[in-house]
Amino acid sequence: MIVALSATAIVVLALLWEISMPWIDRRLEARRASRARRRTGDRGAAYDPGRERRAELRARELLRSCVNEEEWAMYRDLGFLRVWGSQSDPDGAGDLRGVDYAYLIYPHKPIVAYLPQTGRLLNEYCVEFPDETRPFGSPRLPDSDDVLAKWMALQGDERRIILEANLHLPGRQVDPRQVQRDLWRLGRWERERMARALRAGAEQLAEPADG
Amino acid sequence: MKFLRMRPGFGEQLIAEGDVEVAEEERELVDAFRRQLDLGMWAAVPTVRSDGRREAEMVRAFEEIPRDTGRVIFFPRAAGGAA
Repeated sequence: MIVALSATAIVVLALLWEISMPWIDRRLEARRASRARRRTGDRGAAYDPGRERRAELRARELLRSCVNEEEWAMYRDLGFLRVWGSQSDPDGAGDLRGVDYAYLIYPHKPIVAYLPQTGRLLNEYCVEFPDETRPFGSPRLPDSDDVLAKWMALQGDERRIILEANLHLPGRQVDPRQVQRDLWRLGRWERERMARALRAGAEQLAEPADG
Repeated sequence: MKFLRMRPGFGEQLIAEGDVEVAEEERELVDAFRRQLDLGMWAAVPTVRSDGRREAEMVRAFEEIPRDTGRVIFFPRAAGGAA
């Protein structure tokens, strides 16, 4: 009996250790960065809107150079990105097999998962990319860097970022009415874009006949 | 190959650059890559598929980086936010 209880206790302790290590690592890293700042007399630089604006402009250029032209236009025009989920393989495991789903990526807000066919919101995935070196006192990346980090993480390893995120029901941080409005705006934006592309194609076809 | 790191207040910063075909420069890139991972960064490589579609790959080791890639982007690892 005692042996069994001891074994159970050891397993529980090992699991707790495994779970708490990343959190402890982050806390230690933050503490080290904070001490380093104190040592160098850096009390945190004052907020400089010019610096933040320049950082955001650089971040937008980086984002633009990485995502597809359609995605860049979506972010520029609507302020968010849509990324299709990759776990809906018809032969795969899980609830979403065969069902198309997608994510909306907002800067510094949770990633929102939804079903494009119905507009039904599935979950919010609260995730941040805090830089604990805090070069100017804040751990927040520029908006467009935050969006690009989410885009790359979803593209490159969807399961990993979803596992790292805090999962919540829709409405926890992002207003569902806002998301529904954004989905409506996205639909209208896509229709207009499609119509423009069709018009441009028709004009191109007509040109040789005119010439 | 360029290593870029996203940083608050900066946008991206160039943290290393070198030619992977030159042994010494490759060693320096390997060291820089490990340093960033030790600092808790995630690394991603922007890629372009044969049909022109842009994507990204997450890489956990230097050997996973395609030899012909132009840049690797480092960013702080994800943490569950605003619980």
